[in-house]
Amino acid sequence: MIAAVGLLLGVLLGLLLQPTVPVWLDPYLPIAVVAALDAVFGALRAFLDGIFDDKVFVVSFVSNVLIAAVIVYLGDKLGVGGQLSTGVIVVLGIRIFSNVAAIRRHLFHA
Amino acid sequence: MPDPETGPARAPGPDPVSDPAPERATDGRARLLGALRRPGSRGQVVAAVLLAALGFAAVTQVRANGRDDNYVGARQGDLVQLINNLSLASQRTETEIAQLQSTRDALGNDTEARRTAIDRAQEQAATLGILAGTLPAVGPGVRVTITDTRHGVGTNQLLDGLQELRDAGAEAIELNDQVRVVAQTFLQDRAGSGILVDGTVLEPPYVIDAIGDPHTLATGLQFARGFADEVEGVGGKVSVKELGSVEVSSTIRPEPPKYAQPAGTR
Repeated sequence: MIAAVGLLLGVLLGLLLQPTVPVWLDPYLPIAVVAALDAVFGALRAFLDGIFDDKVFVVSFVSNVLIAAVIVYLGDKLGVGGQLSTGVIVVLGIRIFSNVAAIRRHLFHA
Repeated sequence: MPDPETGPARAPGPDPVSDPAPERATDGRARLLGALRRPGSRGQVVAAVLLAALGFAAVTQVRANGRDDNYVGARQGDLVQLINNLSLASQRTETEIAQLQSTRDALGNDTEARRTAIDRAQEQAATLGILAGTLPAVGPGVRVTITDTRHGVGTNQLLDGLQELRDAGAEAIELNDQVRVVAQTFLQDRAGSGILVDGTVLEPPYVIDAIGDPHTLATGLQFARGFADEVEGVGGKVSVKELGSVEVSSTIRPEPPKYAQPAGTR
């Protein structure tokens, strides 16, 4: 309940404040959001499996975001930022799909 | 990459909250329902904080993506490439502009030159038309009336008169308001009265309209033993009227020369 309210609150806050993205953060924010999404879906799956642990959730959330940002940063420095970003997005996308599939089986038994 | 089982047809699925078959609920679904109904534990609060951060970031990114164009997130190499492309394109466009401008200038010069040429040609055509007798003319001049009751006046006298008028600078001459006197004009005596001028029969009194300086023309006709005396010698009478405006309205139709050709360069 509180989790759903928190999500709603974040969205509303973003809509109301209309923050501008700092330039230094600009390349990392999209990847970070996708990585956080992956962590959230993983957490939801773990919750449905009955093995949810808030500590693990926090660690995975933060580390996902950080690793995604570091990979993009490293890619930029190496000159393969675009390709590496695409690779990260693909991997995270696959993970999100598999997590969603597990969640679906739990919720709908299908 | 998309899982074939996650087609949109299945997405709407039954709402877990209003599921009418709670006995089928597994551990996962029951846990989710319970979490939604209960105010929450420490885990839920942590999840709420993180989800709020995620929602905030996602909305921010979506808005930034919608507001900015493609260049903000672009890498340095891409930007350099883009700038190069743009400067190349602008260079090409500038070259094109310069070419078009020079073309326009050339065309403008052309038009101006052509207009000047046309103006000059028209001026010349007017001058030549008056000289050749193809255009009506108007201007100051004299009206010479020759009455001839005894039929003594003939081509000799008239030719003399025309010659005097030409000598005095007449620019356009007309006989009896009918025949324009030009370079090709010929005069011929007829039996009885009258003169044949360019195929037209003129009967006395003869009227000569001449455009030129009126005083010079009148003087040219009236000096001693000149045209006037000659006409009076054969029984005619000459009256010369100096006019501010004489109209020479008759024209001739120019015929292209059959034998004569322009010699050398035109």
